[in-house]
Amino acid sequence: MMPEASTAEMSAPAPDHVSRVDQVGVEERVARFRTRSIKKSSKVHALKLVLSQIDLTTLEGQDTPGKVRQLCQKAKHLHDTLPDIPHVAAVCVYPMMVGVAKKALTDSGIHIASVATAFPSGMATTEAKLEEIKLAVEEGADEIDMVISRGKFLQGEYQAVFDEIALCKEACGDAHLKVILETGELGTLDRVRHASDLAMHAGADFIKTSTGKIQPAATMPVTLVMLQAIRDYYYKTDRMVGMKPAGGISKAKLAIQYLVMLRETLGEAWMTPEWFRFGASSLANDVLMQLKKQETGVYQSGDYFSKD
Amino acid sequence: MSDGKNAIKLNYDTGWEYAAAPESTDHININDRYELFIDGKFTAPKSGAYFDTINPANEKTLASVAQASKADVNRAVKAARGAYDNVWSKMKAAERGKYIYRIARIIQERAREFAVIESMDGGKPIREARDVDIPLAAAHFFYYAGWADKLDYAFPQKTPKPLGVAGQIIPWNFPLLMAAWKIAPALACGNTVVLKPAETTPLTALKLAEVIQAADLPPGVVNIITGDGSTGAAIVDHDDIDKVAFTGSTDVGRIIQRALAGTDKKYTLELGGKAANIIFEDAPIDQAVEGIVNAIFFNQGHVCCAGSRLLVQESVAKEVITKLKERMQTLVVGDPLDKNTDIGAINSAAQLERINDYLALGQKEGAEMYQAGGKTPKKGYWCQPTLFTDVAQSHRVVREEIFGPVLAIQTFRTLDEAVSKANNTQYGLSGGVWTDKGAKIFKVGQNIRAGVIWANTFNKFDPTSPFGGYKESGVGREGGLHGLSAYVNLH
Repeated sequence: MMPEASTAEMSAPAPDHVSRVDQVGVEERVARFRTRSIKKSSKVHALKLVLSQIDLTTLEGQDTPGKVRQLCQKAKHLHDTLPDIPHVAAVCVYPMMVGVAKKALTDSGIHIASVATAFPSGMATTEAKLEEIKLAVEEGADEIDMVISRGKFLQGEYQAVFDEIALCKEACGDAHLKVILETGELGTLDRVRHASDLAMHAGADFIKTSTGKIQPAATMPVTLVMLQAIRDYYYKTDRMVGMKPAGGISKAKLAIQYLVMLRETLGEAWMTPEWFRFGASSLANDVLMQLKKQETGVYQSGDYFSKD
Repeated sequence: MSDGKNAIKLNYDTGWEYAAAPESTDHININDRYELFIDGKFTAPKSGAYFDTINPANEKTLASVAQASKADVNRAVKAARGAYDNVWSKMKAAERGKYIYRIARIIQERAREFAVIESMDGGKPIREARDVDIPLAAAHFFYYAGWADKLDYAFPQKTPKPLGVAGQIIPWNFPLLMAAWKIAPALACGNTVVLKPAETTPLTALKLAEVIQAADLPPGVVNIITGDGSTGAAIVDHDDIDKVAFTGSTDVGRIIQRALAGTDKKYTLELGGKAANIIFEDAPIDQAVEGIVNAIFFNQGHVCCAGSRLLVQESVAKEVITKLKERMQTLVVGDPLDKNTDIGAINSAAQLERINDYLALGQKEGAEMYQAGGKTPKKGYWCQPTLFTDVAQSHRVVREEIFGPVLAIQTFRTLDEAVSKANNTQYGLSGGVWTDKGAKIFKVGQNIRAGVIWANTFNKFDPTSPFGGYKESGVGREGGLHGLSAYVNLH
């Protein structure tokens, strides 16, 4: 028996009540975001914002406490010789590593995000997923990144997916819930839109594109559709939901194009780490390299930036 | 929009501004003075008169341009006739094709220069000149070059013959592109040409004359003469013109049609429009909003096929209008040469006055007016993108072509009502339909009397596709296979 969900909304939006998406139109709009001119002070502003929105991530089978501690060090000290740069928003690790990260990040202001719910496949019972969330929260996770059951979603069992998200939200307690749609497995932008609506109605604090383990991971068209879903949900409920594209954003230039898209779709209120994140492992160093270039006028070799 | 509120909630006024990115003009060569291009050479006008062409974004004079008199038109037509009789009509079709290909290639090579000049002379955003006007102009030459030696296949079991000398008069909204639409099919079919660009935007046509020289086209095949309405009238009235092709206002189209009555000159007229863009409740709304923006604000609304009437189904009207207003806040209005600019300058002082008259009229008629606000430069001619809501078929801002960034928004309840409103106009050039249902697209498309209907998109152009109007939007088709038949006699 499934435990009962206890959110304000009890049912999943049916696909025929979900807004339609035209892929060609989405791609045309995205192309326009990519041609805005961002340079000099405008670029520095954007680069610093990108840094502050990064969820620095390690999600490997080979992760060890040592690796996680090194990553946490990097999160706190991105590049100490550059003045006035922010720290990243969060470090994202498996539940088993939350305790290690918690210790390493004490008093840093950096959040600990943990993937749970049988990441990345989500192939486990609901009970097992809830257990995993509780463990991560008990260990000190501030944010939980869950995956939806794509198999159930593609089978048309929307209510089951909805209920599971609602239960996960409940299990999170005070921790924020990010819901990973794994858009690379959904097939169409219409389904991305549907899954976004479903996740938000079930209580998601953030919606997130991908695990990073499936290609394609985050893309600009997918992210635009999710941002538009967030906007419509906000109109409807007055509740802001955050957005996290994850996977495949490793260059500063691309990250800035995402910010242009964010700026022109949701505007000022979302332009903070509280409402927008990049899930990335190697983006930070490219951003740092660009910031250094703005300061000195030359590009430094990758060896001048710490890699952990 | 659960609460029915129409207020804008999202704030697009962020602390993060884009960086100015003006396209350089260092590589641009604009002469102080341009003569008439007749018989392969630039020659001074018999009249001795010149007029200035200015940059509408800063009111600075760009160049002084010759005013062609009747005597100059005579010279141009004589040169065209000579080239037709002695060279062009006798040349092997494949050879004609080669020349047209050469023009296309040179335009491509000089695309950047053409884009910058088009933007400076006409006020359109560099993004549009660069991505739309110039590539499409080259594409038209490429497309019709391919037909030159295949006309027998275009008209099976007929013998297509050229008409002779074509007199062509083009507007100021897409200067080079309209020149390409006119010249390319005429040449491909074996005709010679006298072309007059618009008074406010002659520069890219004169640059095209340089391209034609560089392509080594036989003298007199293409003659480009500048001037005002009197020059156009002299072309239309000339006895030795076999065909008139005109793109411009319906008023001038009427004058031309009257002048041609009783003559055996062939003609095509591409005139005004007041296109309906129909948004059904099952449309992809976010993309439709983008489509509305593209339909009416493209080229400051100086587009004959602009979607200047929005018909939106009542059940989604609030959502569409709110999103449209929000989208308008992110449109960048300003320096046309800046790559960030979405909306450039109004083409001329006269056109701005005409638009402003309509803005005043709409408000006097009781329509609700909305503008996104924002600053515009002090110098130059500017108009913020504008919406009129609470309007009906009987409002003049719904009935008349404004030719500016001004959209009239009406609602409808059923498909039949939408079609009937869309057709209730003197025009019939284009239209748009937005729905997720394929069957609805066909039903609306078949019932709207307009030359072009776009489905889930707007303002898309391709040389292979015919373009033209019903009713007062014009006579004949340009583009595609249809565009060839306007330049041949069939036996």
